[in-house]
Amino acid sequence: MYFESISDLLRMSGHGPYVWFCYGVSALVLSILVGVARSRRKQAEQQIRAIVRRKKASTSSTSQH
Amino acid sequence: MLGIGSKFLKENSALSISSTFHKWGSPRWFYQFSARLMPWLAGLSLLLLVGGAVWGLAFVPPDYKQGNSFRIIYIHVPASAVAMGAYMTMAIAGAIHLIWRMKLAAMVMKAIAPIGASLTFLALLTGAVWGKPTWGTWWVWDARITSVLILFFLYLGIIALHQAFENRDAAAKACAVLAIVGAVNIPIIYWSVEWWYSLHQPASISFTGQSTIHPTMLRPLMATLSGMYLFFGWLLLLFVRVEILDRERNTRWVQDLICGESR
Repeated sequence: MYFESISDLLRMSGHGPYVWFCYGVSALVLSILVGVARSRRKQAEQQIRAIVRRKKASTSSTSQH
Repeated sequence: MLGIGSKFLKENSALSISSTFHKWGSPRWFYQFSARLMPWLAGLSLLLLVGGAVWGLAFVPPDYKQGNSFRIIYIHVPASAVAMGAYMTMAIAGAIHLIWRMKLAAMVMKAIAPIGASLTFLALLTGAVWGKPTWGTWWVWDARITSVLILFFLYLGIIALHQAFENRDAAAKACAVLAIVGAVNIPIIYWSVEWWYSLHQPASISFTGQSTIHPTMLRPLMATLSGMYLFFGWLLLLFVRVEILDRERNTRWVQDLICGESR
């Protein structure tokens, strides 16, 4: 490691807050994107399940008559 | 004999090109193919991004002029470069959709917009935070920064345009036109630091000549840059696959896939 200690690494002789903020926000934004994709996928899967359920229900109700 | 042979070859290659095109245009084929690709993309991109960031943050010596603030380069440059690359991909997908009416290209175009907007936002934000300790200001209205801000608005415009249309095909067409017209901004961003006087430093990496960045600083940058490209690829597949499920929800294969074959 270039720095003498962990606290040196965090401080980065005064530039620490700038540098760590950038990396923190980047990690946050990228994980939000992954989260958005995941939740959209769940939504899509639920809609498809609902379509299949409706289809099943309509075929079974027509066969009863 | 030769004539017949070359004619056969020509017809055959035309056939294989069109069948490749057909295959790539098929959402079902793309869905299955991308499933095999994704674990590799995810693993490799995470390794390169995290490894490159740790390397650049803790192991590389500071810049002799900027000090430690230069370490922001390992996230700022990848975010900016991939934001521009993503835009070009979106414009090309738009053109493919307009010319050959490929549905998958429209899905790619729609999927890129939120990813590109986020990356451009990160490029602007990390640039501002880097500017404060280095230039003494968060923001200047110079050519580089203003043209990247325009890129951000172009992405937002495409997202808004997608939501403004009820009709999916009309939305895709309008977005494709905007994406293609907006592509003129990409070379402007790229050469802005050379065309106009700017606070922003010129490019440090050169593919044709000598890079002006020291190799010890360059190597972690190459890691995070390629990591970000791969991560973009992975995210793009993630979003396109959701789009495929959504659009093909009434097809048998999607319903079988989600609800299981036995029903």
